[in-house]
Amino acid sequence: MVDEPVILEMRSITKEFPGVKALSDVSITVRAAEIHAICGENGAGKSTLMKVLSGVYPFGTYEGDIVFQAQEMRFKDIRSSEAAGIVIIHQELALIPELSITENIFLGNEPSRGGVINWKEAKKRAIQLLARVGLRDDPDTLVKDIGVGKQQLVEIAKALNKDVKLLILDEPTAALNENDSQHLLDLILGLKGKGIASIMISHKLNEIERIADSITIIRDGKTIETLDVRGGDVNEDRIIRGMVGRSLQSRFPDRTPHIGEVLFEVRDWTVQHPLVAERLVCRNESFTVRKGEIVGFAGLMGAGRTELAMSVFGRSYGNFVSGQVFKEGREIQLRNVSEAIDHGLAYVSEDRKSLGLNLLDDIKRSVVSAKLSKISRGQVVDDFKEHSIADDYRKSLRIKTPTVDEGVSKLSGGNQQKVVLAKWMFTDPDLLILDEPTRGIDVGAKFEIYGIIQQLAAQGKGVIVISSELPELIGLSDRIYTIFEGQITDEFTAAEAEPEMLMKSMTSTNKKAAAA
Amino acid sequence: MSGFSDVKKIFGGGTTSTARQFGILASLVAIIVGFQIGTNGLTLTPGNLIAVVNQYSYILILAIGMVMVIIAGHIDLSVGSVAAFTGIVVAKAMADFDLPWPLAIVLGLVVGALIGAWQGFWVAYVGVPAFIVTLAGMLIFRGGNQAIGAATAVTVPEGFTVIGAGYLPEVGPNTGYNNLTLLLGILAVVAIAWREWRARRTQAEMGSETAPVWVSVLRVVILGAVVLYAAFLFAGGRVGTSIPVSGIILIALVLAYGFLTRNTIIGRHIYAVGGNSHAAELSGVKSKRVNFFVMMNMSILAGLAGLAGMIFIARAGASGGQDGNGWELDAIAAAFIGGTAVAGGVGTVIGAIIGGLVMAFLNNGLQLVGAGADLVQIIKGLVLLLAVAIDVYNKTQGRFSIIGLFTSKRNNGPTDQTPTPTTGTPDTAKPGAVTANK
Repeated sequence: MVDEPVILEMRSITKEFPGVKALSDVSITVRAAEIHAICGENGAGKSTLMKVLSGVYPFGTYEGDIVFQAQEMRFKDIRSSEAAGIVIIHQELALIPELSITENIFLGNEPSRGGVINWKEAKKRAIQLLARVGLRDDPDTLVKDIGVGKQQLVEIAKALNKDVKLLILDEPTAALNENDSQHLLDLILGLKGKGIASIMISHKLNEIERIADSITIIRDGKTIETLDVRGGDVNEDRIIRGMVGRSLQSRFPDRTPHIGEVLFEVRDWTVQHPLVAERLVCRNESFTVRKGEIVGFAGLMGAGRTELAMSVFGRSYGNFVSGQVFKEGREIQLRNVSEAIDHGLAYVSEDRKSLGLNLLDDIKRSVVSAKLSKISRGQVVDDFKEHSIADDYRKSLRIKTPTVDEGVSKLSGGNQQKVVLAKWMFTDPDLLILDEPTRGIDVGAKFEIYGIIQQLAAQGKGVIVISSELPELIGLSDRIYTIFEGQITDEFTAAEAEPEMLMKSMTSTNKKAAAA
Repeated sequence: MSGFSDVKKIFGGGTTSTARQFGILASLVAIIVGFQIGTNGLTLTPGNLIAVVNQYSYILILAIGMVMVIIAGHIDLSVGSVAAFTGIVVAKAMADFDLPWPLAIVLGLVVGALIGAWQGFWVAYVGVPAFIVTLAGMLIFRGGNQAIGAATAVTVPEGFTVIGAGYLPEVGPNTGYNNLTLLLGILAVVAIAWREWRARRTQAEMGSETAPVWVSVLRVVILGAVVLYAAFLFAGGRVGTSIPVSGIILIALVLAYGFLTRNTIIGRHIYAVGGNSHAAELSGVKSKRVNFFVMMNMSILAGLAGLAGMIFIARAGASGGQDGNGWELDAIAAAFIGGTAVAGGVGTVIGAIIGGLVMAFLNNGLQLVGAGADLVQIIKGLVLLLAVAIDVYNKTQGRFSIIGLFTSKRNNGPTDQTPTPTTGTPDTAKPGAVTANK
């Protein structure tokens, strides 16, 4: 098997964005008829690498070579990589819900003569393709009427129609239930039997262990190692060790925690998905935060961390079913965001551009926007106070800008994040929930933001930090909850938390299963 | 700090919206000066200015409400019909029930508020797009107007015509001018100077960057001269005329709504919802209330415009079935020419007023030089297209708005409008993450 010919070789790929090196000298070799997994933490560079391969970042915007089927490739867009036989299936499916299965499969690729589509032919071929992926639905069914699992299969059928030789799957099972996942994995194995190689990006290590032939691990934009699964010796622990690395550098300011009594407690929190009523995003979850404590929520993207936090923050996500919230032992009601703010909660969203800031606004207005009443007499906002308060935050948080009259869109990511932090510090919260507070921020700004978080805790506030970067959580937190598929699976103190243990609880359903 | 940006400060700070207005203000001045020359001085005569105010003040009143609706991310197509409907209800009430005119005004505002509540309910609480709600409203209230008026014009009593075509009384010594208009002008100049002085004091207290003194002085002198000149023109018309009452109402509304949008919590919330409604909601803004407010407010202003407009339109003081036709489009055009962003979140009341004045003086000037209504329409359409196209083009070039036309080659100082991140910016790593505002 190892002697299978090499189908794809990416050599020394380096991709830079202004200010950051997303990929640095990454190489990967995929053999024909093999399933090659790419593992790494969020932000390690996996998606960027796949975008380079599929032509989203065209030739010339990166350094290095792509050799596919013994030919050097210079893709200029997705179409040219698809023409060569490389098809990428994104995490967010690219299907059009209001069109039928057939229409979706042949979208952009319609069998036609003189511009007129031959629907009879299309339907015939659709049925054949669906049979290959094991889908027996009527090809005239609208895509919105079939489940996510079947939609994933339609995507693969669409890829097969393009005569795919190398299939790239980005988190293919993230949205699927156990059954659909199994079916999909079997299908990928079946395609391998027919000579179609796959590259699979997944956080579900048990799946990778089951179907992958080899694994390339990427960390901080660099290739760490390539593991040969068929050679044996590869298990989840081994992969995790590669993903998180050994050393946690001293990237955190020094701090002595002063932890007080319980400040905030959530009991039996149950929330429904906003659209699908039968799907529970949180089921009887409970957690506590003490005064002066930094609590980490460890979970991979899509694990339900954000949903849990936002549903607590004034029910800003999903449909509330049941649960209680206590602040200093007294039950409080958080029915909407303004109630949550009045009760001293603050939520710094993970998506600063679409949820955290109004990018059309300037710094000073952004800083005071979550509690205008604090600087208003009656309904009238005091410009003077607004400016001086914003300017104080500019100095204390070291927001790099000439004046606070500058638009927030002109700031770098790190400085925008400081504006968001200032905005919530201005509301004088008792509990801050910080969702991925350092995503997309360079190292220097990260250090400063860690410092701000520690100061807030030192003032006796409770802080929840949600992150998928384990070194960050371990370095920052006093206590860590792990979350997987909407459930709190485990709890660790700072002293006992090890990346391997955390990763295990972040990738399997419950504590007992992880221990077994 | 280049000299040019100091000059820019004469027209306000360095913020985006004032920068936008600067370009359109320059266009307004160019249009007025151009027609003044082209008509051999007919444009800036007392009679013509009074006519322009009489003819366009209700469009400008609508533009105030419209800019707020558009900032919040909506549109209102129904304002012409709502104005006409309110007009006929009030006219009918006065004609049939002898309603005294002050009560009639209150009635007009109440009718506007009820219609606004109706439209606001659908937009804010049911979630029907404002385009649809107000398209329906356009039909409903136009039909309502015709049903109530039985498709004929209803005349209204004399006293009522004051708001539509009234003038200030003549008081004091005979100066050859309308004294009250002159007094208003002087008060305005004092207010401008006081405001400038107070702004400088506040800036100094805050320790923030203050414009050079000559900029402040020049600003007060220029604005004061313009105001005084206008006051003399308005006061110097035929005896018995002055600045029209509708113009005074307009000025009062501009000041009030300018303050509301700039300085109050609800004003901030309108911009927040229009700029990024998700972020606004996560900051505790009750976006439904904001949407309800802007839609309701628009209809109240439409009711007011209906009162002012029906008298002027019918000239004889009557309300009829064709009143207010097309007003919504003029109001929307005024807002967009004045730099309001199509996607919401950006715009100012004063910008919309300047945009409305551009249209008004174009209309008026073209009529004075003898152009037909057909040509006027074509030119207005082209101006709207051009104004927004320049804006869009400049934004795709990474510059802000119309101001770019005037400053792109000269303005390389620290106020340069292109985004200059101060530290490394990994944000470009997320294509499409920046919400482009078109």
